[in-house]
Formats: sequence, structure tokens, C-alpha cells
Amino acid sequence: MKTIDERPVQVQPARGTRWKKHHAEDVAGRSYTFICAALLIVIILSIVYFVASKGLATFFRDGVSLSDFLFGTTWDPEGNNGEPMYGVLPFIFGSFATSLLAALIASPLSICASLFMTEIVPGWGKKLLQPVIELLAGIPSVVYGFIGLTVVVPFLRNVFPGQGIGIAAGAIVLSVMILPTITSVAADALASLPRGLKESSFALGATRWQTISRVILPTVLPSILTGVVLGMARAFGEALAVQMVIGNAPHIPRSLFESASTLTSVITLDMGNTVMGSAHSNALWSMALALMFMTFVFVMIVRLLERRHRI
Amino acid sequence: MNNATFRTEHLSVFYGQYEAVKNISLSFPEKSVTALIGPSGCGKSTFLRSLNRMNDEISQAKIKGRIWIDGVDINDPGTDVIQLRQKIGMVWQKPNPFYKSIYENIAFGPKYHGIKNKAELDEIVETSLRKAALWDEVKDRLKQSALSLSGGQQQRLCIARALSVKPGILLLDEPASALDPVSTAKVEELITDLKKELSIVIVTHNMQQAARISDYTAYFYLGSLMEHDTTEKIFTNPEQQMTQDYISGRFG
Repeated sequence: MKTIDERPVQVQPARGTRWKKHHAEDVAGRSYTFICAALLIVIILSIVYFVASKGLATFFRDGVSLSDFLFGTTWDPEGNNGEPMYGVLPFIFGSFATSLLAALIASPLSICASLFMTEIVPGWGKKLLQPVIELLAGIPSVVYGFIGLTVVVPFLRNVFPGQGIGIAAGAIVLSVMILPTITSVAADALASLPRGLKESSFALGATRWQTISRVILPTVLPSILTGVVLGMARAFGEALAVQMVIGNAPHIPRSLFESASTLTSVITLDMGNTVMGSAHSNALWSMALALMFMTFVFVMIVRLLERRHRI
Repeated sequence: MNNATFRTEHLSVFYGQYEAVKNISLSFPEKSVTALIGPSGCGKSTFLRSLNRMNDEISQAKIKGRIWIDGVDINDPGTDVIQLRQKIGMVWQKPNPFYKSIYENIAFGPKYHGIKNKAELDEIVETSLRKAALWDEVKDRLKQSALSLSGGQQQRLCIARALSVKPGILLLDEPASALDPVSTAKVEELITDLKKELSIVIVTHNMQQAARISDYTAYFYLGSLMEHDTTEKIFTNPEQQMTQDYISGRFG
């Protein structure tokens, strides 16, 4: 009896090296996607390299120490009061304060809006809110800043002590801007929940409220947090709208209604007034580097949350 | 059979204009298994879902006729749907444990209904898992995620979860169709055991399964009830040629 190994191997007669059309298509498609991907990687790497080379010059060429830069509270790059000082702590504080506060304001609103759209009134709730949210996402940031300056700032000035400009105004404007981000991520997460999960809870005699608060929300929490982090990343990087309402004083404010600055607002304000290659300009690049680093941190957090979600 | 405590009377279910279930009167005798069979789309799942008002969640669904459980019309506006659903457990085709620990999955329903005592909850978790023949496999890892269980174990966990609120009726929507033969056998054995305490209604596409585990069989076709009798009668000598054709696999 012959075993499989002894059987003569059937070899397809060689058809020569004649290329068929589908072979060519395959190679063309593969090359095209490869070139696009490679281009993307090259662009990103060159941006990182460029920002890093400029940003690190502050420390290596201009001799500013990292701790003076990160923890110094005096920003006087032109040396108007003696030695130039490059302390950016007030701006780091401003960036974190505005984006955290914005996330704090926007998250509950967004979660409720997404629940309304997917759980409470999935019919017209979604039809009405979806376009509204998409519209919110499409409004240019200068319009947000303008509205903030003409509506939010005077309101805060009338209600609270101070000028109205400051962290509070920035956070309010940012919270509206990141609302769509968090809402759409949360709504997607809610919509992708297996239907059986909700129904099993109902079948056990749970009310809608119990089902939402004890089954649905805990299950989608990692995804909602992903949305919140994405929203914070957007708030952290937003420049124009914040710059218009925050006041741009280079100090750590003592109240939410006192003029302050963020990393982004200082970069946009100062970049026109510096000479390329000067210590001042390099310090701005260092701030850009810090911003980019923070973005990476946010992306890492999102990755981590997603991995936890998968388990 | 018409004075059974659990029965439907001229029940119709509409999705918009479409009549998915047509005028069905069916009784489910206590402590027995009734199998609903029929080709896909014949309305048997819709019928099953209407028995614990799951169709409430689908906004276009409309119900006509009555469903009686212990002398109460469950669609009566005065009926408390929350209390009603405690009396009726339901298990779906796809295992759908909550994203929580095994323990929390079972303790969940009783917690809804106000049981907070830890000892009492422990007791419910153990008895429910024992009834679902899962206790020995999971007793050492109750704190682990329910999603770490195999598909068959997850399905038995879902049955245990349904039993945790001590229902009198269990609705099963193709509970074994996503499981391998060994798990299927376990679930079937479980159903036969549970029959001693509960009325069970099971939708199944598996003719052998219906023949093995049910006492009564109802054959649905295009939303209508074609034939309803003891399983023995249906599988050996059905009244209608159509039923005969379906169960022998010549049609459907």
C-alpha cells in the first residue's frame, strides 16, 4: 500500500513567466499602499525630528536647564528684567487646568447626550442630535473663540469677580468644542453593545434606569474614557479659541477668572515676534515638543484603555 | 389544557403593518417542556419574546390578544412589567453574560430586587449555579470574569442567572444552537432537570432536540400555529402532512 509520501507529486505545468493582468494589479496595488504608508511614516518622523532638534537646542545650545524650563514660574524670554528666564510652568498649568476642567464639564453632558441618542429615544433622538453634534464638530475654532469672547467672557465678568477672561472662560469654550468628540465615541460604544446584554437585564426584572446604570455604563466605561481622553487631547492642543478668551498673562492665576496662558496660546502669540534660531524661538519649540509629548501620552492612555476593554 | 395557568389567547404580534404572529392560542402546562418548531421567520421567536413583554423594547411592535399567567393578563396596563419579568426567566441563542465576575452575574438580579445580605446572596449564587450544573466547574473562581468561561459554560451561566430570581417559567430561544455537541448535551440534561420545577418554553431548530427534551411540540408556519400536540404524537403521527414534511426534513 502506498502512503501519501510515496505518491508522485503532481506539479502544475509551468506556464512560463507570462504575467497576467491580475498579477499586475496586485503588484500595483501593493506598491501604491506601501508608498503611501512609507510617505506617512517619513513625514511623521521628520516632524518629530524637526521639532525635537529645535526644541532640544534650548537645553543643549542655549544652556537652559530642564528643571528651570519645566518648573520655573517666570517667563521673560527677552530679558526685560535682567537675565532672560524661560520658566513655562504657568503655561503647563494653564493647559492642564483648562483641558481637565473642560473634560469635567463636557463628560457628563456628552454621556447623557449619547445615552439619550442610543438608549432613551433611539428614534428621533438620534435623528435630531446626530446632525447637531456633527455640526458642533464642524464649527471652526475661531468662531468658538469669537462667541466665547462676546458671550462667555462678559457673562463671567458680570457674575464673578475679575475680568471674565481666564481659565474658566477657556474651559467653557473648550468644553463645547470637545462635546462632539466624547459624545460620538460614547454613542458608538453604546450602539455596538450586544443587544442581548440589555435584554438579559430587562428579563431579570431590571428597570431601564437600573439597566443603564449597572449594566450598560459599566460595560462601556473604558470606551467612554477613551472618548474623554481624546477630547482632552483635543482641548490640550487647541490654540486659537483658548487664546482669544484666556487673557494671555504669563502667570499662574490665583483664581479661575484671572488672566492666564496655555502652552498653545503662548506659541501662537509669540511665534511672529521671534527670530528663528534665537533662544526665545527655541524655547517656543521646546514648548511645542512638550505639547507633542503630551499628545503621545494621551494616545498611549487611549491604547491602554482599549486593551483593557478587550479583555 | 385550556385552563392552564400559562396560556395565550388569540395572540397576534405586528411589526408596523406586518403581522409576525397570527392569532395564536396556546397553553403551556406546568412542569413540562413545550418546544416551538418551524422554519426561520415563522414567528416563533417573536411569539416567545412577547411572553415576557420583551417586544416592549421594539417601538413598532404591537400586541393583540391576551397572555395569561396565573390569572393575570400580562399586557394589561396595570401589570407591573418589572414584577412580571421576575416570574419569567429568559435565555438567548448567544450567551450574553454581563462583563462582570461570575459571582456578580448571578447576584445581579437578586440585588436589583433588594437583597443585600451577603450570606443570602452567596446562597442564591450557589443554588443557582448548582441548578445550572455549573457550580463544580466554577466554585473556585467565582471572582473571575464571566467572559473567561467557555461558550457552553457561559450559556449555563446565563441559565443560572435567569434562575437567580426564582422564576416559575423559563423561556429559551435556541439555547444550544451556538454550542458544541458536548455542551448541547449538558444544556439538554439541564432542561430535563429543571422541568421538575418550572414550565419551560423552548424555540429550537434541532428536531432531534425537540424530540428528546420536550413534552409538547407546537409547529409554526408563516406566523400561524399549524399543529400543537404531545411531542410523541407530533413526531410519530402528525395530523398534517406539512408537519410531517418539516420534521422529516423534506421541507423548511
